[in-house]
Formats: sequence, structure tokens, C-alpha cells
Amino acid sequence: MYPANFDYQKAASVDAALQAMADNPDLKVIAGGHSLLPAMKLRLAQPPALLDIFNLEELKGIKEDGDFYVVGAMTTHADVLRSQLPLFPEVAGWVGDPMVRNRGTIGGSLAHADPSADYPAAALATGAEFVIRGMGGERTVGADEMFLGMFESAVQHGELLTHIRIPRGISASVYEKYRHPASHYAIVGVAMARHADGQIRAAYTGAAEKAARLPKLEERLNAGQDAGTGLVEGADMLGDRFASAEFRAHLVDVLSDRAAKRLG
Amino acid sequence: MTGNESRTDKYFGQALKRKEDPRFITGTGNYTDDIVLPGMLHAAMVRSPYPHAKIGGINKESVTGMPGVVAVLTGQDIADAGIGSIPVGWLLPELKTPAHPAIALTEANHVGDIVAVVVAENRALAEDAASMLEVDYEPLPSVAFAGAAIAEGAPVVHDDVPGNVAFNWEIGDATAVQEGFNAAYKTVKLKLTNQRLIPNAIEPRASLAQFTPASGEYLLYTTSQNPHIHRLILAAFVMNIPEHKLRVISPDVGGGFGSKIFQYQEEVIMLLAARLMGRPVKWTARRSEAFVSDMQGRDHETETEMAVDKDGKMLAFRVNTLANLGAYQTLFAPAVPTYLYGTLCNGVYKLPAVHVKVQGVMTNTVPVDAYRGAGRPEATYAIERTVDAMAHALGEDPAEFRRKNFIQPEDFPYQTPVALVYDSGNYEPALDMALGMMKYPELRAEQERMKGSNKILGVSVISYVEACGLAPSALVGQLGAQAGQWESSLVRVYPTGKVELFTGSHSHGQGHETAFPQIAADELQIPIEDIDLVHGDTGRMPYGWGTYGSRSAAVGGSALKVALQKITAKAKKIAAHLLEASEEDVEHENGVFRIKGAPDQSKTFFDVALMAHLAHSLPDGMEPGLEATAFYDPKNFVYPFGTHMAVVEIDTDTGKVDLRNYGCVDDCGPLINPLIVEGQVHGGIAQGAGQALWEEGAYDEEGNLLAASYMEYTMPRADDLPMYQIDHTVTPSPHNPLGVKGIGESGTIASSAAVANAVLDALWHECGIEHLDMPYTAEKVWKAIRDSRAGMGQAADD
Repeated sequence: MYPANFDYQKAASVDAALQAMADNPDLKVIAGGHSLLPAMKLRLAQPPALLDIFNLEELKGIKEDGDFYVVGAMTTHADVLRSQLPLFPEVAGWVGDPMVRNRGTIGGSLAHADPSADYPAAALATGAEFVIRGMGGERTVGADEMFLGMFESAVQHGELLTHIRIPRGISASVYEKYRHPASHYAIVGVAMARHADGQIRAAYTGAAEKAARLPKLEERLNAGQDAGTGLVEGADMLGDRFASAEFRAHLVDVLSDRAAKRLG
Repeated sequence: MTGNESRTDKYFGQALKRKEDPRFITGTGNYTDDIVLPGMLHAAMVRSPYPHAKIGGINKESVTGMPGVVAVLTGQDIADAGIGSIPVGWLLPELKTPAHPAIALTEANHVGDIVAVVVAENRALAEDAASMLEVDYEPLPSVAFAGAAIAEGAPVVHDDVPGNVAFNWEIGDATAVQEGFNAAYKTVKLKLTNQRLIPNAIEPRASLAQFTPASGEYLLYTTSQNPHIHRLILAAFVMNIPEHKLRVISPDVGGGFGSKIFQYQEEVIMLLAARLMGRPVKWTARRSEAFVSDMQGRDHETETEMAVDKDGKMLAFRVNTLANLGAYQTLFAPAVPTYLYGTLCNGVYKLPAVHVKVQGVMTNTVPVDAYRGAGRPEATYAIERTVDAMAHALGEDPAEFRRKNFIQPEDFPYQTPVALVYDSGNYEPALDMALGMMKYPELRAEQERMKGSNKILGVSVISYVEACGLAPSALVGQLGAQAGQWESSLVRVYPTGKVELFTGSHSHGQGHETAFPQIAADELQIPIEDIDLVHGDTGRMPYGWGTYGSRSAAVGGSALKVALQKITAKAKKIAAHLLEASEEDVEHENGVFRIKGAPDQSKTFFDVALMAHLAHSLPDGMEPGLEATAFYDPKNFVYPFGTHMAVVEIDTDTGKVDLRNYGCVDDCGPLINPLIVEGQVHGGIAQGAGQALWEEGAYDEEGNLLAASYMEYTMPRADDLPMYQIDHTVTPSPHNPLGVKGIGESGTIASSAAVANAVLDALWHECGIEHLDMPYTAEKVWKAIRDSRAGMGQAADD
């Protein structure tokens, strides 16, 4: 497992990181490295230079700000797991293993927008907001606008995801996951949260090219009905050797039903 | 634990913690990749990305100018150096064997076949250059599956193996089998795929070679289960080196499971590179290289048929197998699906007639050779799946159907219709212990209760017998082995009474460094701390054949026992001399040699060892020193057996199979170290369960490996597996001095069939599904249940 040659620098601050990216468009940001490094070792990715933001203290930790928790992008899965956040601790427990969780970060995972990652479903179900900074300043993007496609998030080249804002009023939440037996990534993950206004939001990940809300499911549950079936009818599902598109669509139904029953 | 109680030994039978573990656990082991020699260069392989391709030009200049690159070697360099094809070690009649060059010269025959090698100052530079070397490939038609490879008009892998058929082999009496079917009350027929597996030893393969021009000597460190075999093949058949000028050391080796038995291309390349460069050269496989270059396992397409009479007694068993050999035939490849498979297709049953036909087929895939169990898991799967199908057809309980067909204790030694003579056995006690331990009737009741819900239960009971410790040498020679199958041991006592044992067998996870001294400490009656085992170095050990086929204890341990007896016989003579007594009056007890009836008159082992070396006073005519070598050639194989039971729970909504309980009662004769035995059983069960539930070396039909990393290839994990319930019966082998059998592979041999039968038991009881192929992945199981329920609903609607 030998990557191609690359240059490496550590960012001293978010400002310095943004400046470095502006100066050198070839720079690739590395956080915990658990998606990028495997790709580099297989030489599927050969970035000429890495900018390491993992150690930026200003991006670590969880604070409260009014109706939101504010989570630093470089907070590790292990710290998320031990936190008081709604939904995310349960989801973090499904990410990798202790070694991955001690190194991988919530911001790295969300910005990477792997279609099989767990957090995107949680972000959608909780209605999280994403604080993104560039040389031109800061903007906030809602969860529904964050995940644009396969490995494509709203974070643009030259920008950094700095914080994730998660609503505090969530009264109940669950995550149901069917994992790939080898990789342990989500074949299907269904996240569900009951918000302060009593409404349920639900989303799925793993089954399609990006994580997405489940409007049919939300409608049924908020009308006091069962989850039912056919929740992603007509949607384009991913299919592979382990799980076909048909099977994934079926699992969305099964896991939605189980999540709804657990949510109560 | 039962049966060991009668032994009075101090160490034999004790669950001692493994002596070798502290260095492995604390990271102070010494593996091939840990070894650094002065001036060492590094090699990286350029491997074919195509399943089958003509190699056009290789533009060495595309990388030779890169900094740090020392050389590029191609198939032409191998040919120019006069290096021979890597030979096959087991020849069947009319076997067609294609050439296997160390580097492909004209054609690459599987993804991963080596087409060039870059040697550079360090590993990173070698990898960089290897990724940039320009090779012109002309892709050729290719074929991955055995059935497709023998079809009319299929792509031909090697021109000198027309139709891709390397051999046709059969054993047993086809006419007798047909008579059994003619007289049958009931017959069943199954079509089974025993899928391709990838070995995945935790330590990837590695080799480091050094050449000393002054003496003409070569030194090869390599990840080998059998360094003497490597030396013999490399010296005599491939490299043309005088055998005594090549020393092969396999230091700590992190697992083999068969995959480190074979002579590989890379070892040849390292030796040549070291000679050409005049500097040591090292190569260590990346994990992704291991997936496409470690010899793989299994890959059978099989049809089985069984016939029984009206009392449910078995009459005949017929097996027809296509064995996928991959792109080349490696060391034991022709033997695995024939003599290690067909001969085991009798199982534990009193079968009047068995006939097994096997066709060996070449394809554009990684070669297939011995993988833990090597033929016997395939045989156990074939027979035990069929036995369950027959029990279903008869409406009999699978445990009781087995019981009434068992070979009985008084039948041993038992001649099967497929050549083997089982040495000893007593199958019913193991079955009864397992049924009791697992509370079989309660499981069946629970299964009934769960029926129709979204969680269904499956229970299996399988009984197996396997053959290990291949022997005797004269017999295996008649069957085509190009090797002997005896083992050696040297016992060297030093003047201080400290002892080194040398064995030709090899430990790469089996715990020899603990178990062999346990045998010796009892025989010599000295503390185990005074004894060490040396293995894995042709420069130190007497000749031996290594470790595979669960042979170390039965063959290597027996050789040790004989050598130890020579030591104690001589020691007793010396002691008698020192005590001025006749030998008959001296007894060896409680660690001392003493005169019977005069217990204060004694000599310790140390006294004897010292005098043997000082030689100031020895019996007339006795040579000084205290050292003995034994070469032990067994009279027969040994035949461990047992009963395994698996309990699975299937989620019918998702198809997910959970292995809920697993229990087994194995009989490997007396246990030298129960802790090591248990470890072997645990690992073996995990490996077999892995095949049943998760592992699949899947190729597309052209030969591209689809499961080429741990993102795709599912290895069992600790949390996928239950706590096992393990017990033993003890039926000694009558023909070796320790009475021991073998345990290294039993877990794997039995557990694929046990877990598979448990899954099918659930599916049969729930919806009448007779067979599905392994691995039982979620979607496959979900679809089978859905389709059969739909079919049943359909039938009910009609």
C-alpha cells in the first residue's frame, strides 16, 4: 500500500488554510483521512499536495448556541459518540470501528458526501445546518441543500466546512442500519427524528447516489399511519453484487418500519 | 474434556499457554519483512490487469531513468538466465501441465500474473516505477468458470491444454454404484457449487534473497510452511543451484492456511535478482497483491446422487465434479480435488458403493491449490448436504438418519470403497455428546414455535471424518506425489542438560514451540523451560517436509517421540554405567535415573548429559555426545472425526442469517495441549462459517476478480460469531507412538457443511427449499424465501 508522492502541510488556522487553498488550487484538504488515505494507497487518488486541518482546535468540540448545538467539523466520531447530541451518537456508533472513530471526523465525513456514509441521513433527519467558510466569508447551508450527488456536497473548492449546527429540540430519534458485511458501510440506513413541533423527519442513506429525505414516510407517520411499503418507489437506487436496487428499495421499507416502531 | 485422564504425563495434556505468544502479542516477532540486510534493494511486481493477454513490447526505458531504479526484469531475463518452469508436485496419469514461468514471457494468463519486476533503492520508488512501466498488452478471449471453460468453442487458456481439461480422474466402482441405484427405494440428486475462496493469511507473503559470490551460496528468507520443499524445488527444478548452496529460512510466519506451501514466482525472482544485482533484494506483497497472487481455494461445480434402501440404509453415492484449477497448476493442485477429495467422499457411513469422477479445468483465474482442509471440506460439504437432502426425502431426523448409517466401532480398521482404510473411530459417542450439549430436542421445539414468524430457526447435525498426516511415503508415491511424506526430528542435548529439538515441520500459528517441548519434557523428565524447539531453517534442521494437511503432531510429533526414545535409551546406559549397575536395574522416574530398590543411588539428567560430553567415563565402545535423529514414516493416514452442530436464525424480512450457536465434539486422539487444540478448532470454525455465510472470491465471466479487497471480500469478524461449545472424545490412532491424530483443519472441514445445512434446515422447514449455494448472503436468502412463499401462495390460490 504505497501512495504516489505528495507534498504535505499542516494548516495553522482556518484563515491560513483558506489562504493556502487560494494560493495553491492543487491542495487537497485532509481531515481524519479515512476516506482519502485508502484511495491514495490504492493510487485511485493521487493528489499532489495535502493540507491537514485535523489538528485545528477552533474546529473541535461541541458547544450550545441558543436552539442549536454547534459541532466543530474536526470533532471525531468517538467524541460525537460520547456527546449529548440528538441522533448523532447512535449513528456514530455504527461508523467503522474504534480506530476509525478515534480518527475520523464528522465534518470530513459530511463534506465528503459518500453515498454510503451514515451521517448524511442523520443530518437530514435532524435538519442540521452547515457553516461553510471561504475567502469571501461565511454562509450557512441547510441539510436539504447539502448533499448534491455522489461524493458531491455544497462545500466548494476553496471552502471549508467549519461547523455543523444541530437543533436542540429533538425529543426522540433512531437510526436503523443494514450494513455491507465486508465494508460495514450502509447498504441502507434510515434515520428518524421527532422535532420540537412534534413532526417527524426521516431520511435514508446508502441506497441511492445521495442521501435524501423520505417524504412519503414522513407524510404517513405524521398522519399517524404505519410506514407501509413503496417508500422510494420510482427513485433511482444503487445496485451492486451484494445488494440489488430492488433489494435496497425493499430494505428502505423494512428499516423505515423498524425505525418508526422504535421511535414510538 | 474426556479421555486424557488416564495419562500420567506431567506436560502432555496440559493446557499450557503458548510459549511463542508473548513475542507475537508484544510486536517483537521476527517476520520476513522485518529483516533488513545491508545494501538491500526492493522489488515491486508489475502484474497483468487482464485475465488473458499477449505481452507485446515492454519499454524498460520508460522507467530505467527514474531516480533510484536499479533494474527492470522481464520474462526474457528469466529465459536468458536458463531458469526453469515452476513444477507441479503431484502428477496424475496423463496430466497436462502448462509451463509456469517465474515471469510471464509471451502471455499473461490471469489478472495478477507477473509480467515484469522493478528493482529500486527503496519500496516507494519501486512501486512508483512499477506503476509507470509501459507494457503493450493485446487482450485475448478469456474464461473464468470451469463449466464455461469446457464448453464447445470456449477460449483456450493454454494451447498445450486443449479444451482446457488438465485431467480426468475417477475412483470407486461405477458399476457397483449403478447397481445400488437400480435397487434403490429412494434417490436424491443435488447440484452444488463450492465457491472460490481467498486465503487471507494475516501476514502477506514476502521474500528476501541474498547471494554471496565468493562461496556461491544463496540465502532466502521467505514466508513458507515448508522451507525444505522450497529449497528442493528451487535448487533442483527451477534455479539449478546445488541444493546445499541454498539456505531457506522461514522465520516467524503469520498464518498460511495452505497458501504458503507452494513455490511462488516471486521467490524465484528474488533469487535471480539478488544474483544479478549483487545485492540483497526484498519483496513484500501488498494486501491487494495478495488477492490476485496467493493461491486460492475450493471452486468446485458438483453433482451428487445418493441411493438408499427401504430401511433408509445407504446403498450408493455418486459424485461428479468440475474442479477449477485456475491459470496454472501449482504444487499440490492436481492432488487436492482428487486424492484429497474423492477418497473422502465416503464420509462416516457404511456405504457399499461410491464413485467419484473429477475433471480438472484450466481457466483465466488465480491458480487454485490447497486451502485449509484441501479437498476434505469440499468432500464433507458434498456428502453432508446430500445426506440432509436424503433425510428430508425420507422424512427422517437428520441425526438419526446419520446414526443408523454410521460405520460401527467393531468395523475398524475400515476399508472404504474409495481406497482409504480408516484407522480407528467411534462415531456415535461424538454424535450423542453433541446432541446433548446443544439440547437438540429443545432446538427442534423452538424451531416449530418460530415457524411462520419473521425470525426462523435452522439446526444442523453433521458428522465428518477426515484424513490427515498423508502417508506412508511409498503409497503417496504410487499415487503421484513427487515428495516423501515422512518427518524428521533431531534432539540435541547440551552438556548443561539444556535441550534443543529440531523438527522438519513448521509452525505458522500452530503452537509447535509449546506442544513439541511438552512431548519432550515428559520423555526426558526435565523441566519444560530447559527445552526449545527450532524450526523453519534448512541450515539448522534435518530434512523435513513441513506443515500442511494437519500432519505436524501425528508425523512430526511421532518422529520426535522416536528420537527422544533414542536419547533416553542412551542416557539410561550412561546412568547405569555411572551408578555401576546393570541397565536392567536402572529405572527412569521422577526426573532421575536410579537403582531399583535403592532410591538414594541416582543420577540426574544433567549428570548424564555432562558425562556424555566430558566422556571421562562412558560404557565401553560408546560414542560421546547425546544427540539423536529420527526419520519417521507413518504406516497410514490418521482419521480424526466428530459431530458439529450449527444453529442459525434467519430474519425473513432482510434475509440476514445470524449464526446463533455452534457446538462441536471432535476426536483427534489424545490432546497434547487442549488450549492449542481449542484455538485450532475456534479458528477453523470461523473459517468454515466464513465460507458458508460471507466469503466469495467472485470473478466475472472473463476472469476479473470482483472481490479484490476487504471492501468487497467479507472475512468473518469476532462479532459475527457466537461463543462456541466445544468438547472431545478420545479415540487414539493405533499406529503412531503418540496415538494422536490431527486438529488443524477439522473445524474448517466440518463447519462449512454444518452452517450450510443449518441455513438449509431453516429454509426447508419454512418453505421447502431444498438447496441454495453458499455464501448465504442476505439478498440471496431473502429472494429465495420471497419466491418460495409467492409460489406457495400461488399454489394455495390455485
